[in-house]
Amino acid sequence: MVRALEKYIRPGVKSTPFCPGCGHGILMGLILRAIDESKMDMKKMLFVSGIGCAAWIPSPNFNGDTLHTLHGRALAFATGAKLYNPDLCVMVISGDGDLSSIGGNHLIHAARRNIDLKVICANNMIYGMTGGQAASTTPKGARTSTTEEGNPYQPFDLCNLVKAAGATYVARFSVTQPVALVRAIKKSLLHSGFSFIEVLSPCPTQFGRRNRPDRPDEMMKDLIRRCILEEEAKGLTQEEMAERIITGEF
Amino acid sequence: MPSRWVKSPFPKGMHYLSGNDAAAEGAVAAGCRFYAGYPITPSSEIMERMALRLREVRGVFIQMEDEIASISAVIGASWAGAKAMTATSGPGFSLMQEAIGYAAFTETPCVIIDVQRAGPCTGQATRVGSGDIMQAKWGSHGDYQVIALSPWSVQEMYDLTLGAFNLSEQYRVPAFVMADEAVGHLRESMSVNARVEIWDRKKKKGGSPFGTEEKDGVPPMPAFGEGERLLVTGSTHNELGFRKTDAPEAHAKLVERINKKILNHRSVISGTEGYFLDDSEIFLITYGFTARTSLFVVKRLRKEGKKVGLLRLKTLWPFPEEAVAEVVKRGKKVMVPEMNQGQVVGEVRKLCPGEVIPLNQTDGEVIRPETIMDELKKII
Repeated sequence: MVRALEKYIRPGVKSTPFCPGCGHGILMGLILRAIDESKMDMKKMLFVSGIGCAAWIPSPNFNGDTLHTLHGRALAFATGAKLYNPDLCVMVISGDGDLSSIGGNHLIHAARRNIDLKVICANNMIYGMTGGQAASTTPKGARTSTTEEGNPYQPFDLCNLVKAAGATYVARFSVTQPVALVRAIKKSLLHSGFSFIEVLSPCPTQFGRRNRPDRPDEMMKDLIRRCILEEEAKGLTQEEMAERIITGEF
Repeated sequence: MPSRWVKSPFPKGMHYLSGNDAAAEGAVAAGCRFYAGYPITPSSEIMERMALRLREVRGVFIQMEDEIASISAVIGASWAGAKAMTATSGPGFSLMQEAIGYAAFTETPCVIIDVQRAGPCTGQATRVGSGDIMQAKWGSHGDYQVIALSPWSVQEMYDLTLGAFNLSEQYRVPAFVMADEAVGHLRESMSVNARVEIWDRKKKKGGSPFGTEEKDGVPPMPAFGEGERLLVTGSTHNELGFRKTDAPEAHAKLVERINKKILNHRSVISGTEGYFLDDSEIFLITYGFTARTSLFVVKRLRKEGKKVGLLRLKTLWPFPEEAVAEVVKRGKKVMVPEMNQGQVVGEVRKLCPGEVIPLNQTDGEVIRPETIMDELKKII
């Protein structure tokens, strides 16, 4: 039996490398769904990624041109490819640490230039691949392998950061909001300019293990509970707001 | 590998230019149609001229936010099919090393011009030095080969930049032009021919982009958008580009092939130029601007009847071992003047059974003829 999106998976790829309970597998399927529903020509797509778990979403799984680069540099590589061949539809898929820590400088400049890149930032609020170190998006107080006493620093609000830098399509959704997320990815595919979609994706293995909730199903339910739209935030108290995550288009 | 001849984009005849400007013209002549760079003294003029010229020849120019972004964009553009280049100096060259390793391991053709200045670190930004020679070969981690050329005139800033592109395409390897502030800012006449010979990367539809059984060890290189479903990665990979981070054979095979690919062709790639080699007993072995001064010294001493000769290294990497070994076995004494604390002298020593005397100068200035003359007279 051939599954509907199988043509987008590179022949020979039998499985993903993601941990059980990781949100990246869901994100991977949603990206392909958006590409399929938008009837994109895979021959014209270019998938660029950095280093980290999210960067292994397109490489080698996607059945198109993939460019797996250096840690933090996906946007710079992508800029070169896109400027030389503007006919390519360039999607950058990488993690929060790769795009906003080591890659932070390239992120704000690519946004400033409004280069036509479709950036999908899988945010699991941790450095997963290397064993659970603190990231620029780790919540204050969270335990990581380098902040056993609790992270002392504020995390980035990636959407605010990128919008201030000049991005022209900015959205945040969770892997627990698949319908909205596919719609946003489709919009970004058609958008002419720098688009940035932050995707909340749980990491039970590294983040869950040191914090609560830790079970994959509990982390998903937690995301469902906490992710709200801007309108829904209006009726909430400060205390209720503290643990909410605002999703939507900004 | 077949080449083709194209009409020179710069008018044929004699021109009076700076070295930096000549390098930009050499790049455009070679077919460079993508430049991403960051300003740094004393290389910025190359970027500025490329900004102008690429607009004229309908290429792509972008000034990036830093040197790491610049070399990254160059590599991305190269995989999109471009002949791509950047120019920098010591501090920028240091920043680019990780990406240089990426270009070597993924076999991405690209050209970097290092207009060297007095280092280490910020050093003397507007002064000259040759301190980056070893870094060109060993700057990134791991075992890889690069091609590095050493121009000694404005003419060679044009010729060797053109040459760097050709070699880079032929061997799918990063190629460097190890210039310096002296030759970069020097103004001289240079001549441009009506047509230039250029090489392009191998193409083969459906061919494995990262492995080959062919003798030259150079696989064909598709571009994005050609339907080849490329798998470019900096991880160890097989001939199709699949990550092979657990297999010892895969790592051994790839590391060996990318090194052998260059070393097996050293005699063809590496260029030297000899002056008065046949009957000399004392040799100067040097490169770049220092070689010019050295030639003046050798000619002067020859007029005085002294049997001295000069071997000029046009290629620094892969090190021209055969040419150097040939000369040193004949010579009683070898002197290696360099604007550093001794970088090429070590390579010469590996090949020389006799005495090798370094002449090191790191004061931000070119070595004067009198300095070389005085030191040579001590050993003649």
